Parts: sequence; C-alpha cells; structure tokens
Amino acid sequence: MKRIAAGLALALLATPVFAVRPDEMLADHALEARARALSQGLRCLVCRNESIDDSDAELAHDLRVLLRSRLTAGDSDEQAVAYIVARYGEFVLLNPTTRGANLILWGAGPAALLAGAVLAFSVTRRRARAPEVSALSAEDQAKVKALLDKTPS
Amino acid sequence: MIVELGHYALILAFVVASLQAILPMIGAERRDPVLMALAGPAATAQFLLIAVSFGALTYAFVTNDFSLRLVVNNSHTLKPMLYKVAGVWGNHEGSLLLWVLALSFYGATAHWFGDQLPMGLKARVLAVQGAIGAAFLAFMLWTSNPFLRLASPPMNGHDMNPLLQDPGLAFHPPFLYLGYVGLSMAFAFAVAALIEGRVDAAWGRWVRPWTLAAWLFLTIGITMGSLWAYYELGWGGFWFWDPVENASFMPWLIATALLHSAIVVEKRESLKAWTMLLAILAFGFSLVGTFIVRSGVITSVHAFASDPTRGMFVLAILAVFVGGALTLFALRAGALEAKGVFAMVSRETGLVVNNLLLTVACFVVFIGTIWPLVAEILWNRALSVGAPFFNAAFMPFAIGLAIVLPIGAVLPWKRADLGRAMKPFAGALALTVAAALLAYAVTGGVSTLGPLGVALAVWLVAGVAVDLLQRCGRGSVGQRLGRLRRLPRADWGRAMAHAGFGVAIFGIVTLTTWAVEDIRVLKIGESYDLGPYNVQLMGISDQPGPNYTARVAEMRVTKGGAEVALMHPAKRTYPIAGMATTEAAIRPGIFGDIYLVVGDPQDGGGYAVRSYLKPFADWLWLGGLMMALGGMLSLSDRRFRVAAGARRSTPVAVAAE
Repeated sequence: MKRIAAGLALALLATPVFAVRPDEMLADHALEARARALSQGLRCLVCRNESIDDSDAELAHDLRVLLRSRLTAGDSDEQAVAYIVARYGEFVLLNPTTRGANLILWGAGPAALLAGAVLAFSVTRRRARAPEVSALSAEDQAKVKALLDKTPS
Repeated sequence: MIVELGHYALILAFVVASLQAILPMIGAERRDPVLMALAGPAATAQFLLIAVSFGALTYAFVTNDFSLRLVVNNSHTLKPMLYKVAGVWGNHEGSLLLWVLALSFYGATAHWFGDQLPMGLKARVLAVQGAIGAAFLAFMLWTSNPFLRLASPPMNGHDMNPLLQDPGLAFHPPFLYLGYVGLSMAFAFAVAALIEGRVDAAWGRWVRPWTLAAWLFLTIGITMGSLWAYYELGWGGFWFWDPVENASFMPWLIATALLHSAIVVEKRESLKAWTMLLAILAFGFSLVGTFIVRSGVITSVHAFASDPTRGMFVLAILAVFVGGALTLFALRAGALEAKGVFAMVSRETGLVVNNLLLTVACFVVFIGTIWPLVAEILWNRALSVGAPFFNAAFMPFAIGLAIVLPIGAVLPWKRADLGRAMKPFAGALALTVAAALLAYAVTGGVSTLGPLGVALAVWLVAGVAVDLLQRCGRGSVGQRLGRLRRLPRADWGRAMAHAGFGVAIFGIVTLTTWAVEDIRVLKIGESYDLGPYNVQLMGISDQPGPNYTARVAEMRVTKGGAEVALMHPAKRTYPIAGMATTEAAIRPGIFGDIYLVVGDPQDGGGYAVRSYLKPFADWLWLGGLMMALGGMLSLSDRRFRVAAGARRSTPVAVAAE
C-alpha cells in the first residue's frame, strides 16, 4: 500500500527488479534465516520506509550482500548490525533504539495509557458518586399526574 | 471551452463556499431566518459547481486534452479508458478535487436529509462545512490548480505511474476520501453544538449516521488499499506502517472511538465533552493525514518532489480549524452538563475502556509517525521508526481491545455485576483455550503469538454468539428465533462488526505467522515442492498489452498428481512511463492463497521465481468488509429513519433500544 500511496503522491520509483534474489541467498539455511530476520529490521536508505528485505533497489541488494558477508565472516547478529549502523548511521534501523531521547518514544504509549486510565478512573468514580438526577420537579410531577389521570386506562 | 467552464465553476464554488461559511453563521447569531435559510441552497450549489468542475476535468482526461499540464503529466493516449477516468484522481491536484467533491457532497446531504435539524444548528453546521470547503478550494486554486494550461501542448502525455494502473485505483481513493471527509460532518456538528452550548441525546442521534457513514467508507477504503498492496507489490505484504498508511489509520481509530462514545451520549447523556473532543480530533487527524500525504515532510527521503508552500498551506488550515475548535472546546466544554450516572462496572465504563485503548493506540501511532521529524528538529538525529516499533507498540492495545470487547458488549447500562455478566462466557472461554492449544499443537509450537491471535479471534466470534444467544432470551426455539429476528438492525450491525474484527485478526495472524516462502531459480520444465503442492514452470512467453509488454510465465500447480491450477504470473514493462511492475498470480481459497511471482532471467539460465502459501489470507479482507457491513446494517436502523420522520408526525419518543 505504501508504494501505491507513494505512486499516488507522484513519487518516482526505481525500476523494480526483485527483492531477495536467488543468487544472493546463502547455502547455510540457519545463516540465511538469520540474515532474513536481520534484514527485515534494516532500512533501504533510498526507499520510502522499506526494509532491505522487501526492497527492489540496488542499494538494498548491496546491503543484503554486505550483511550476509558479515554473517559468513562469523559476526554475531549485534556485530553485523553495528557494522552497518557504523557506516550508514542510526537511520538504517527500522526498529528505533532505546537510547537517549528515544526513551520518550518508547515510553509514550505506556505513559499515555497510565495517564488516561487514571483520568478515566477518576471521572468514572465521580460519575458513580454523583447524585441520581432528580427525577422531576414537583410542578412537572403534578403535570404528569394530571395527564395520567386524564388518560383512560 | 469545457475545461474553462470547469475552472470557472471551481472559482464560483469557492465564492459560494465562502458565503456559506459567513452568512448563515451571522444569521444563526442574530436569529435571522433568511440568512440561516441561505445555508442549504448554498450547500447544494457548492456541490453542483464542484461536480461540474470534476466532470470537466474527467472530460479533459477522457478526450486526451494535452493542453492541460495535469493530463500531460498523468495520461497517455494508449492508456486504457478505465485508467483515464480513474486517473483523474491518480495525482495530487485531481485527488484534491475529489476530496472537495466529497466534502461538498456531505454538506449537501446535511441539507437534503436534515429537515428535522433545528434551524440554528443546521445553519451553523453548514457554515462550518462551508468554511472547510472554502479553505480547501482556496488551497486548490492557489497552489494546486488542476486546470492549468500549457502554452505549447505536446503530442502525447507521460502516462501514469504503472503501479496505479490497476482497478484498485478506481475504488480505493474514492472510498478513502469519503471516509476522511465524512468526518468533517462530526466535526461540524461538534463545533456547531459548542457554539450553541447545547448537547443532548438528540445531538448524539443526529451526528451518528454521518459518523457511521464516514467510518464505514474509511473501513472499506483501508481494507481495499491493503488488498491492493497484497496483490500488486509482488510479495504479499498488506500493511507497512508507512506514514501514508498511518495517515488513514489514525482517523479510523479515533472514528471508531467516536462511534462508541456517541452511543453513550445518545442513550445515557454522558461523556458529552469527551465525545465532542473525539469529533474534533477525528477530523483533526484526517487533516493531519492530508498534511502528511501532501507535504512529504515526514517521508522526506527523496519521495515527493512537492512544493513546500503546499505543506505550509495545509498546516495553516490544520492550525485554524483544529486550533480554533479546540479553543472553542476549552471555553465551552465546562458548560456541557453530564446527566447519566453510572457505576464503576457498567456498559458505560466498558465503552470508556474501549475509548481509552483506541485513543491511546492512535496516540502511539501518531508519536511513531512524527518521531523522525521531532528527533531531526530537536536533536538533529536522523532516525527511522518502522514496522518493528509499530508492531510492538500497537499490538498490546489490539490485544487488550479484543479481550475486553465481548464482555463490555453485554454489560447492562448504568450498573452491572461483572461475575454475572461473565457467567455465560464459560463455554466461549473453553472454546478459546481449546483453539489456542490446537493452533499451538498443529503448528508445532514454533510461535506463541500465532496461537494467541487465533485464541483472540475465536474469543471475539464466540463472544458475539454468546451475545446473540442472550438477546433471544428463554423459551422455545421458535420464540427465540422470533426474538432474534426482531432484534434492531443496530444490534445486528454490532454483532457483524465485532465478529469482523475477530475474523480480521485471524487472517492477520495466520498470514503473518504461518506463511510459507520459497525463492529459487527455475528453468523451463523444472518443478519444485511448495508445501503440499508441486509447481512446474511450463513456459514463458511475451504478450503485448495496450500500453505495456508483458512477460508471462505459465506455471502448473499440482497436488498428488492432480492439477490444482494453471497460473500466469507476469512482469510488465511500461515503455512510456519507463517502469516495470510484477503481476503476481494468486489462486485464492478459503484455506489460503497460492501466490506466485516471476522475476528476471538469471545469468546461468532460468528465471527467478518467488512463491508463497498464505494461509487464510483472504479472511483479513473478509473481516474488514464484515466491519463495514456492520456499519451499513447499523446505519439502516429504524431509529434513524424514525428520527428523520419525527417532524412530520407527532413527536414520539424513540424506543430506547
């Protein structure tokens, strides 16, 4: 939907080739599975919010090959990602870190939920304790009685 | 000539909308019936003028009028007729014209069906609508005019982005816009009520049909967009948490909350101020979405070659309308007296929990969407917020909603006993646990999220069944069926929508957890196993299309030697637009889709082939459509029609439920 939306907004896209290509996949299944999982969290830098696993762009292809070469060289997942972050910056991480100001981002949801819950609770309790709305004034009751008396039962 | 008429009609529509914004508002203030009565005809006139303008632009596209810049940039003589018509809104300027067309249509419906509205309220509602219309018409005329001519027209156009040359374009944007823009009605009603300082149960009933309509269109629009992405992008992704998608999802979340809280206003005269706030926010987020899509600020990475003045203009509109409405709200909300009293455990608190979860979920999506912008401005830190964040941050709210929903839906108004309300759910709970265990066992225990999702889906659908069973009471089967048949349509709508939520969760979870993927190089005549199937590449041929050439593969899918399907995935090249698209071949089924994509020829011979099994994929969109159908059923409920006729007959009280 994103690329369609991008198209709707008149973005010009690189000619799609194919995301993960057969020739770049590793023979070792366990290693390839790790590479796939990691590449879903890395951003293709020239695309709109696309991971290198989904992207058709040449750069994404290069990054996938780079990632796989690091894994084959024996890097752990963290080392391989750190290697790419060191070269391309924090921008490549689709999953934002929890460092520094990003704590606000991660904490915003729980904090808002807590604040909202407290607010909702206090309002609800006030509602629960509020006096029942006085049914009708004496004058209105007299009117109702008069009407009821008039109506043949 | 016709194009000039369209342009002129658009300018006239701006003038009419401006008058509609000002005169009835003054009239309502001075209790001047003549000025107030102007609002209705002005709304109709505005709609007709924009419709003429829209017709003129369509005419220009259909007749290949390459003296129009917009047509040159987005069309070509060889483009199929369907995309010439749908192509009118396949670009910024044209889609904006569709936007204001939908806006003026809603305004006009308030006039056509709003006989029973008090005169002052109606005048103010239409004035607010007129103001929104005038702002967007100005935006069009000054920054995004679709009717600009070229001094020297070229012989042919540049064609439209091939990704958009799909039947999806004919349906997805119109529904989405009808949804976005429909929320302006709730906004206008809220602002009008705040100006009047009066909100009662009747207000809740008036605003509900429009909110329902907007919500159901938005639901259809989002569902269709996700389906479109699924089959068009070539690997079966259906939701990416892209800013542009979030732009449609945020108003949907708030509109869903609004639908529920408006029920409390209508039935119990509580939560009035909160409902007002939601009505303002729902349209506010729809404007935020417009800003995100049209300015390109948030997706900055070389995506939009758009003009920064457009972004500033939308931001100004956003500031004036949402800022103004929120200021009004701050001044007047205190005066909205709540009447209904309810206990800590009641249908009301159930709906409060619903609202809490939906609005906080929307807040989380909002923060995630704007965070890259905030981080860049405040700390000069370039970072991304992608799907992993949104999945992690959003999922708890979806899970919470799904758990609470069935019980909240059966709690009685005012005061409830949680223990007693839970009792009929024993069977549903047992079924849920059984489903989770079954899912865990069948799939070999590789995932915990999968079984949890399946359990939630079963819980939701079983919850709906429990609700319906309770509603038909005691007695013989015949009596029960009779009661079931006489349930108000709104109750059926509720059941349908809630069950749809469960069905959609089921589709999402199975599709994301248990999909099978295979990527390989395949030579002609070779075959491979894909789950229980065997797939053979029979041949590859080139086939010409109207404005593209396609390389079509023929692939034979067999199961146990018997042919299941002959599928034709293709790759199209659009020479004029200079782009290629993959056309996946999909064999849909109740139990899952077979999804085949063919790629480029490889160096050592053969073709790259991607194939997927997507279990229960179609349930996702079925669930979305069920939700929309629920909205339609609810919209057709008797009480709206009764309310519509109330003025002509004697004013009868409308049955509470």
